[in-house]
Amino acid sequence: MELKTSISPTIETQQLEVNLGPQHPSTHGVFRMIATLDGERIVKLKPVMGYLHRNHEQIGERATYIASFPFTDRLDYFCAMSNNFGLALAIEKLGGIQASERGEYLRVIMAELTRLVNHTAVIGFLLNDMGAFGTPLLYAFREREKILDLFEAASGSRMMCNYVRPGGVREDVPEGWLERAREIVNAFPRFLDEFEALLTENEIVQQRCQHVGVLSKELAMNASITGPMLRASGVNYDIRKVDGYSIYPRFTFKIPLGTVGDVYDRYYVRILEMRESVNILQQALKEIPDSSASPAISPKGLALVKAPRTFRPPRGEAYGRIEAPKGELGFYLVSDGSSQPYRYHVRAPSFINLTVLEDMCLGYKVADVIIILGSIDIVMGEVDR
Amino acid sequence: MAVIGSGVLRGMGVTFKTFLETYPWGRLILRTLRIPVTNGLFTIPYPETKQQHPERFRYFPFLVYDGTPDNLRCVACKICEQECPPQCIHIVMEKDEQGRPVKAHGRTLPKQFDIDMSICMSCRICVDVCPFDAIEMDNEYELSASDRYEHMIFDKHKLLKSADYFQKIKPTEAATVDARLAAKKPKA
Repeated sequence: MELKTSISPTIETQQLEVNLGPQHPSTHGVFRMIATLDGERIVKLKPVMGYLHRNHEQIGERATYIASFPFTDRLDYFCAMSNNFGLALAIEKLGGIQASERGEYLRVIMAELTRLVNHTAVIGFLLNDMGAFGTPLLYAFREREKILDLFEAASGSRMMCNYVRPGGVREDVPEGWLERAREIVNAFPRFLDEFEALLTENEIVQQRCQHVGVLSKELAMNASITGPMLRASGVNYDIRKVDGYSIYPRFTFKIPLGTVGDVYDRYYVRILEMRESVNILQQALKEIPDSSASPAISPKGLALVKAPRTFRPPRGEAYGRIEAPKGELGFYLVSDGSSQPYRYHVRAPSFINLTVLEDMCLGYKVADVIIILGSIDIVMGEVDR
Repeated sequence: MAVIGSGVLRGMGVTFKTFLETYPWGRLILRTLRIPVTNGLFTIPYPETKQQHPERFRYFPFLVYDGTPDNLRCVACKICEQECPPQCIHIVMEKDEQGRPVKAHGRTLPKQFDIDMSICMSCRICVDVCPFDAIEMDNEYELSASDRYEHMIFDKHKLLKSADYFQKIKPTEAATVDARLAAKKPKA
């Protein structure tokens, strides 16, 4: 009889510490998670970062304002164009540079194409993390490659574009580029339909994603989460609407919102965002002024490109921010009147979005942690800088 | 909601369609069923066939000379050395014993012009800032080497390429550069 009472309904188990990463394909780079497990459930998760720290901010303080552009390409290497755009906006604010009309349109086109590139890739990787090896990722990469070819034709490089400049873009797009862009953009919804047929109603995807890694509205706002992650939790906050930078107020587009805030919502918000991006792109490609009507870069911007050291903005500070594919990407610059910034700071969206990882993972299984991390959409180049 | 499993089957339909697209007979079947078809082959068997790069494709910089290799456009002004973000350019101006710059073809010239290609990040800023159009971006990309110091640091002779070569790889860009240089000439 004594034996019977000693058996409790719950068996006491020992907690186990498991190290995920830094060299692990599911961690999207050199990211390390120290997970404490009770059985297969997460009870504690400690993220470790800094393996890819490259001193980006300090390098920006010793280089001219223009010389920071190629380094911003390497922050979030999926979205080189929008990183350039953010820094260009900050420098424009600091130096009072007005962008040319065509330059503004080209920058918006590039930024939205970057959103397509990023979201297709991240959904592919998310499915890869779920165990659908190859197929969705390669379908996504097939489409992404077409847009990267556009980038290569315009800037000379597929990923490290270094194209957007304060005042516009470095050089005008080559002849026939806009037609090609129109073709690719108009064909994009068909790919999205196909991609959605593959994934959205797939029961396996739904089983894996729905009600996993739920991020509540309150926590998302308190942790200053931005981007698709915040909108998947149902908060209507998009800097393109809130701040209205560049020429975004001219376009009509909707902000897709999620309701639950789980991994599935984060996936679906990205799909819907791509549809809205296509919408913006179609409007921008229709309205873009001819190169004879407006140059690709304003004269002041061109002077800055040709002679970066002559640009000495007045003392002061500026914060330029954009709605990057991953969230609010901000560049904070302090000028002391010299040709180099006194302080250069990057507000990296994936770094700040990563802070809620533990809160989202608690109580879920190890396999869920992998897809929750995948749904945050991090790029270690940006997290560590 | 439809039957459980229909979503998966629909997804399998997409993969099956993509499978058919990669074969000529599959494309024929799809065309007879009036389904829009793309050429399902996107990859290139690399060393045998090479990708056609757009004209602006940039890799590493090179120095341009007109006519003969001693007539280079570079005047060793060191602007690119200063502006290079990763600081991979090293220039020494040609000088005589008294320390005065030596001139050839009416302009100063570099004695040493080294670019460390293992550091260069192909950003094109050197081309943007060069007032003499002396440095341009090459599209040569098969440059693997076994030694970082011996093979990846390109000296002046390795960097020098003719204006005709530039004309050949980047015709439109070379045309604008030539027009700009021609506009400069009468004034000088």
